[in-house]
Amino acid sequence: MRVALFITCVNDTLFPGTGRAVVTLLRRLGCDVDFPRAQTCCGQMHVNTGYPEEGRRLARHFVDVFASYDAVVAPSGSCAAMVREQYPRLARTAAAPAPALAPVRAGSGTSGGLIAGTVETSAPRAGEPGPAAPPRGSGPAPAPRAAEPGSFAAEVAELVPKVYDLSEFLVDVLGVTDVGAYFPHRVTYHPTCHSMRILRVGDRPTRLLERVRGLELVPLPGADECCGFGGTFAVKNPAVSAAMCADKVHNVATTGAEVLCAADNSCLMHIGGTLKRQRTGVRIMHLAEILAATETIR
Amino acid sequence: MSGTFLGMPAFPANAAVAVRDSQLRYNLRKATRTIRGRRALVVDELTDWAELRRAGKEIKDHTLRNLEHYLLRMEEAVTAAGGHVHWAADAEEANRIVAGLVKATGETTVVKVKSMATQEIGLNEALLAEGITAYETDLAELIVQLGDDWPSHILVPAIHRNRSEIREIFREKMADWGRSAPEDLTDDPRALAEAARLHLRERFLSTKVAVSGANFMIAETGTLVVLESEGNGRMCLTLPETLISVVGIEKLLPSWRDLEVFLQLLPRSSTGERMNPYTSTWTGATEGQEFHLVLLDNGRTNVLADEVGRQALRCIRCSACLNVCPVYERAGGHAYGSVYPGPIGAILTPQLRGTASELDASLPYASTLCGACFDACPVAIDIPEVLVHLRGKVRHSRAERLGMRAAGWVFDRPRRLARAQRLGGRLRRFVPGRLPGPLSAWTDTRDIPDIPAESFRDWWDRTDGGAR
Repeated sequence: MRVALFITCVNDTLFPGTGRAVVTLLRRLGCDVDFPRAQTCCGQMHVNTGYPEEGRRLARHFVDVFASYDAVVAPSGSCAAMVREQYPRLARTAAAPAPALAPVRAGSGTSGGLIAGTVETSAPRAGEPGPAAPPRGSGPAPAPRAAEPGSFAAEVAELVPKVYDLSEFLVDVLGVTDVGAYFPHRVTYHPTCHSMRILRVGDRPTRLLERVRGLELVPLPGADECCGFGGTFAVKNPAVSAAMCADKVHNVATTGAEVLCAADNSCLMHIGGTLKRQRTGVRIMHLAEILAATETIR
Repeated sequence: MSGTFLGMPAFPANAAVAVRDSQLRYNLRKATRTIRGRRALVVDELTDWAELRRAGKEIKDHTLRNLEHYLLRMEEAVTAAGGHVHWAADAEEANRIVAGLVKATGETTVVKVKSMATQEIGLNEALLAEGITAYETDLAELIVQLGDDWPSHILVPAIHRNRSEIREIFREKMADWGRSAPEDLTDDPRALAEAARLHLRERFLSTKVAVSGANFMIAETGTLVVLESEGNGRMCLTLPETLISVVGIEKLLPSWRDLEVFLQLLPRSSTGERMNPYTSTWTGATEGQEFHLVLLDNGRTNVLADEVGRQALRCIRCSACLNVCPVYERAGGHAYGSVYPGPIGAILTPQLRGTASELDASLPYASTLCGACFDACPVAIDIPEVLVHLRGKVRHSRAERLGMRAAGWVFDRPRRLARAQRLGGRLRRFVPGRLPGPLSAWTDTRDIPDIPAESFRDWWDRTDGGAR
């Protein structure tokens, strides 16, 4: 199986140790790992900040880089979620202009033209709404447009199922939860929003951590609450971001853990930056780094 | 929308003030977490919640796609049942219609059952300009009105107030609006409710015109539906001689059969109850009484024209998204500068009002995109999807556009990225602990990570993927 490491721009630039850990871990588990040198950024920052055109360009590049691999593994729930959830949308809007809109027919009697707008005419209902109730019961949404063969949407549709977050790849594709790791420390785990609510990785990361020898996993109170990072939210809304992180850091402190672990270094950079500023002494580690640790290599 | 929010600063500035208000933070935290917990209990106990949610979404989508048909049917049915239907394209027209109807009765006071639509159009202020006083009768709305305040939550408009603050408001202000509060009023919730009850009862018995909204309109029979907890709404709906209901056009349901789904979705998502205490329905007018329905557009057909944004019109105003939102919990409702606060407000307000003002343009950014709102929404509005969509439509600052373009340029070629990384690696020792300009927003509360001497891609190249 040819596995491509989708490092993500944040890890590539700021957390190369996470990338090295993924390589170590996957090789130990028998994977042939490649790092496609042409990769840059998935476009999440651009899309989520309101620059879909730049995002679409980066998505186009991403698909070209990774299309030929059997699996694409990212040590970031959020970047994997970007590809899996937002690429199909980006490809759809690229392919199809908004449906034609026509003014509402002048209504009868007193309504004459007062609802002064438009409704879509592409509704999949048979016939114009008339005196009889529109037919019910069939699927409500316009049928998803089938991606045209060879189109960007088709390429995206082919790539998306092969893109995994690290814990998904380990548990679902390789079928392992005991990766042979050793890490004799007290650890708490922050599940991160996009892993939890977009990828729905569930308990995969904690199942992996539970099988690490020596590791004491302590539950994090309020684990499912966002840490307040949110990409550019952290600088566009610094007051709320900091207030959210204050609560997250408080919860981390109550666990008495030495290490805060997560599967996304962007969130960890934000929480870790606050942990460090407050001199809590708690350090951050990516899931891959803990799973890569063994008795010989620390 | 209501003029009271005009000229407000952008969301980040409002939120920055709110997060420093410890009383507000405590009130919000306590209230949202209590309702959040109750909702979770009554939602989890239903094994078919996912199907109910899907049904709610599909019924709303079907209705919205055939809105014209159902609106005309509604008009027909209401008229046949002795009611009068008025069509209002915008706030100004709706206010003019309502003021005209009240004036025709010769009355100068109206009672109101809590209604988001009339707040959206600023009806109370418009009526006052015509010499008509509107009295809010929902307990929380009464608190807001007496306190000369703004609502900060869809379900619990006075969520930002605790009971001792409410006691002060009652003691100081009730007398100006009618029967005064008892001298010995305590902050016991029961005593506060009793004071409000006595105050409001006089008002109900003496007022001849009422204004309401509605949670649902049933097109097949022309019936309006209000769900509430206190019974004050029912007083408004039944006692006065003239009832005027102002309802957004998206509130339609085709049939009574559809209502069944929403009578389960709404109370469980909203108050965390299996069933709400009062459900009132009315069709046309009964003898001796008059009924007027004002169908309000006010930007809704524009929302309907947006392929991604239109899902916001499915909203049934349950406020589950507010109660799970970590941003709302800390910023409070006023920061959103709209009667629709929280995640739903962040997608509804910019669509209804446009994004010309600084405040409205900042609302799509009032979210970390954590997705808790989408999970909680009983009609599956993908709020993060709409937020991202709206972010793509607002006007960005020049500095940001330049920054984003530069980042895009670097990411366009791997070689440029590698060069930028190497430059960062060389300069890493000179990066200050506190960054200047807009980046200080990061370093005000957080340390920046240590910049590595070597990027991952350079390590890969140097070691041949770790082989050397």
